[in-house]
Amino acid sequence: MSPFTVSVQSGRFDAGAEIDRLSRNPACGAVVSFSGLVRDYGDRQDVAALELEHYPGMTEKALHAIIGQARERWQLQAATIIHRIGYLALGEPIVLVVTACSHRKDAFAAAEFLMDFLKTAAPFWKKEILQDGSAHWVEAKHSDQAASGRWQ
Amino acid sequence: MKLNMVYFARLKDSFGTSQESLETDATSVAELLVELRQRGGSWATELGHGKTFRVACNQELAGPDSALRDGDEVAIFPPVTGG
Repeated sequence: MSPFTVSVQSGRFDAGAEIDRLSRNPACGAVVSFSGLVRDYGDRQDVAALELEHYPGMTEKALHAIIGQARERWQLQAATIIHRIGYLALGEPIVLVVTACSHRKDAFAAAEFLMDFLKTAAPFWKKEILQDGSAHWVEAKHSDQAASGRWQ
Repeated sequence: MKLNMVYFARLKDSFGTSQESLETDATSVAELLVELRQRGGSWATELGHGKTFRVACNQELAGPDSALRDGDEVAIFPPVTGG
């Protein structure tokens, strides 16, 4: 199995198992993970759930491309990106990024880079479902574009 | 030539369709967008000037000058909001 994996799935992921898997390389002294969760406010208050849509095929390519860019910048030994789709209730995990490197600075930086680029380059779209049952598509954030741009 | 068009998220809802087979003479993304805007309604509004959207050709992000070929899969979608 390649040490660089991406997965787009509707089911939950086991962050601990992924971290364990990437912790078995004796060349890696640092493993960093980021988990993104469904929060109770976004563009509006009273968010009850999210509905995640994606572009099958392009999504996986985009995630692999983002990992490729990270590998050009840091000595990344292994990386995992898992992103969920479909209906996700409050508190559910949405996204997991795990990076494994020889040293912590590379692992932290690469994880942040992967998240910043995922948020601006991977074709996922969130719909917020509110407590009253109404729903709307989330608008792209300028702050996400800025976060991605600072790596240029 | 024929293009396989796909639409996502808000644009899919606005256009009322997620995909269509489109017979066109457009040879670039810019020409294709001119043609789609001529449909009027939500096509003219969503793809109008000042609107932000993305175009992908065969699952790679494309620009106005990107060339189109018979059988290409062309996607139009809003800026992404995952993560």
